Amino acid sequence: MNLDERLQNVTIIGAAGKMGSGIAVLVAQEMSKLKLKQENKGKIYRLNLVDITEEALDGLRSYLRVQLVKAAEKSTVLLRQIYADRKDLIENGEIINAFVDDTYALLNFTTDYNIAKDSHLVFEAIFENEEIKIKVLKSLKEICLPDALFLTNTSSIPISFLDEKAGLGGRIVGYHFYNPPVIQKLVEIIYADNTTEELKEIGLEFGKRLRKKLVPAADISGFIGNGHFSRDGLYALNKVEELKDEYGYHGALYIMNKVSQDFLVRPMGIFQLIDYVGLDVFQSLLRVMKTHLKLEHLNSDLLNKFMDKKIAGGQNPNGSQKDGFIKYEKNRPAGVYNIEEGKYRMFDEDWRAGIDKKLNPTNEKFAPWRALLMDGKKMEKLGTHFNNLKGMNTYGSELALDFLKTTKDIGENLVKDGVANSEKEVNEVLMNGFFWLYGPIHNFI
Amino acid sequence: MTYFRKKIYATAGFNTVALGTGRKEFHPKKPRPGIEHYIKEAGMGSINQIQNPENIDEGVIGNFMAARFCNQGNLGGFFPMVHPTFQYKPCIRVEGACDSGGLALVTAIKTILADMADVVMCIGVEVQNSVKAIYGADYLAGAGWFSGERKEGHAYFFPDQFSQRAGACYEKFGNEKMRAGMAQWYVNAIENARKNPDAQEYHNKNSDLLATGMTSPNPKAFCEHINVFDCSKVSDGGSALIFASEEGLKKIGVELKDAVEMISFAQVQDNLTTPPPDLTKLSTCAVAAKRAYDRAEIKPSDLSVLDVHDCFTIAGLLAVEAAGVAGYGEGADFVIDGNTKSYGIIPTNTTGGLVGYGHPTGASGVRQAVDVVKQLSGKAGDCQVKISPDKPFGMMSSMGGNDITVVAMVFSISSA
Ligand SMILES: NC(=O)c1ccc[n+]([C@@H]2O[C@H](COP(=O)([O-])OP(=O)(O)OC[C@H]3O[C@@H](n4cnc5c(N)ncnc54)[C@H](O)[C@@H]3O)[C@@H](O)[C@H]2O)c1
Repeated sequence: MNLDERLQNVTIIGAAGKMGSGIAVLVAQEMSKLKLKQENKGKIYRLNLVDITEEALDGLRSYLRVQLVKAAEKSTVLLRQIYADRKDLIENGEIINAFVDDTYALLNFTTDYNIAKDSHLVFEAIFENEEIKIKVLKSLKEICLPDALFLTNTSSIPISFLDEKAGLGGRIVGYHFYNPPVIQKLVEIIYADNTTEELKEIGLEFGKRLRKKLVPAADISGFIGNGHFSRDGLYALNKVEELKDEYGYHGALYIMNKVSQDFLVRPMGIFQLIDYVGLDVFQSLLRVMKTHLKLEHLNSDLLNKFMDKKIAGGQNPNGSQKDGFIKYEKNRPAGVYNIEEGKYRMFDEDWRAGIDKKLNPTNEKFAPWRALLMDGKKMEKLGTHFNNLKGMNTYGSELALDFLKTTKDIGENLVKDGVANSEKEVNEVLMNGFFWLYGPIHNFI
Repeated sequence: MTYFRKKIYATAGFNTVALGTGRKEFHPKKPRPGIEHYIKEAGMGSINQIQNPENIDEGVIGNFMAARFCNQGNLGGFFPMVHPTFQYKPCIRVEGACDSGGLALVTAIKTILADMADVVMCIGVEVQNSVKAIYGADYLAGAGWFSGERKEGHAYFFPDQFSQRAGACYEKFGNEKMRAGMAQWYVNAIENARKNPDAQEYHNKNSDLLATGMTSPNPKAFCEHINVFDCSKVSDGGSALIFASEEGLKKIGVELKDAVEMISFAQVQDNLTTPPPDLTKLSTCAVAAKRAYDRAEIKPSDLSVLDVHDCFTIAGLLAVEAAGVAGYGEGADFVIDGNTKSYGIIPTNTTGGLVGYGHPTGASGVRQAVDVVKQLSGKAGDCQVKISPDKPFGMMSSMGGNDITVVAMVFSISSA
């Protein structure tokens, strides 16, 4: 059965979640374009969107409508060709609406898994919880057609483990989209030991159609992206324990966040990133990796303390950032948490200036990430920047170079451990999935 | 200069800022001034330069598509809002796609020539940022033949029309030369706009404009032969200019030295339902320019300043040919050689043009006349070019649709 045939009936489980809803937008468009082809007239297409509650599905309905409109607005040049025969549709506005309506018409929204019984492809994007994932995959195996193929979005659970526990006989592949799937170009593709050749091909072809950048990763917990992110974050958390005596927990968090953002020229500081992803998600990532890799050190007491206080970051339903390590006002950092005092210390200009001066006494100006993003000479400029750091011998430059070195080691170990085929894959994942300007494996140091 | 039965002067020109992407104060999600604001701001900007606004007899408003962009018709009704003494005075709104402003100019002039008024205020206006570009493209496509061309047309209908012209020119005159000419047009437009605080590209800080101008087209998302930098901007803005007879000037308290004489114009209409005779030429623009020169009894080389309708960079190149300052097929080289720069043989689009200043469609014709008038009266600020006494003339040429509706107008430093 080829991809076109499989795309006639698809189910997404966990469709109302952050990842599921984005995947739904992508899959729905592809299905709709197929349905609108002349040769497919009369065929029935169905995309089944399954989640736990009706409330969640209502949210999904409005999200999908907005996203489908946006997608149609961006592809109107193509849509005019697709609808060339429809004499009644003349203006862009009419064509955009027609595409949204036609796409919407192939959607089923439901809380009932049994809808998946005719599906040839199933995307799984429920919570990152082994037991639930296995339970759900097991019951889907019973419900779905015997040749149904499963694509799981898990961030860290080994695919072979899921395959074995759910008894799927190799009909599963890791298909790790990045958040938000509609925008992020990267997908890590992870084969289980037994993933069938057919499914491997389907995975590759589908990625091409979505115009995603597919990067293969080995079936080792955390894969490439989170394999790096987990250790990078952990390094920063451990460093905070080291620096807290001198600067307090809040000062140490501030320092590591600033060093990673300004000195390492990243899109956001490491703690802002963990806040964005969610402390809960980060904690469970470490937990899963620790279990599967049997590495005791993949744990942070400091992180656990935050979670005990129910400080978890993540986003509000309107997309604004919730407080985590950092307190946000209008989505901008406005304070840092001091775990000993059990409260946020709001930024005080004098305090901040004092720490900034300690980090960077000569007040060197670093080009921020955004300024270099579109710069044709960014690698050259980054080279100069890191060279400067080497000559500065300041507290900040030392912390930064240490971080840079660690980051590189983590990347190199991913290759050594066989998680990534080569340095190139590691760099591609961090640059595409995390928007770094440079890959962790570089010649700056 | 015997073409008119009396002398007509232009004075008190004013342009608002052209608001849209590129301006620091522009934010797509924040509320913005509406069309009535621009009518009032432009009108008041002009009134502030005269003594007796109560002696303005009539108004003309040029606008293309307020009915769709702003759900607003009956635009004449905003004229009395400009000044209390305009209440119960005549006002008419005229439309000719992107030449609506040009039609406003000629309507005002004809009213004075018909002895129906001594002083007429022209206002051109458009607000286009009210919808996303993909829907704006639908509205602007109204300048083409809806029932004859729209269905087969491109999502970005007008960009594609001029992309086809660019393609035809590539074939005839060589891809490389044309592409380089278009990119140079873009460079000149931005450089001039940087001297014009009202221009949409005034804040442009790009350090490699030529490279940007050379960006490869992306036919999947946009057009086959042109890139987005080849296009004029989506802009909100308004312009105002006062026309008056000699007596009219006195009535509003403007001295002759602060006015410029309008010595000829040509208003030319082509058939919307027939395709352009030759994609490598702006034939209608050429007819208009020729008539305007003949009526003014001057030659292209008598001009000290020129303002053409560069809705796209390719239109700019073809327009300098149509205006007769460059030969057929020589527009690209003419521009590459620097002849249209502010210090060149014929300074063209000295305030940025539609690519640099912006293109609030219905306002553009008026805006072009305002800028030529300012140049001839030495009031063009940082954009001022040299007006030599033996070449006291300036011309504007404004185009609606794909070379369908054209007004060309020649101004002269007042002779009296
Ligand atoms: N958020 C990210 O940045 C990100 C990035 C890549 C991968 N992932 C992975 O994607 C998966 C989903 O993550 P998310 O961030 O979208 O989570 P989420 O909490 O936003 O969404 C999970 C969705 O699954 C639904 N769900 C839970 N159990 C279900 C069940 N038994 N049946 C049907 N629906 C169920 C929930 O109601 C929710 O709508 C996880 O495996 C996660 O590790 C997340």
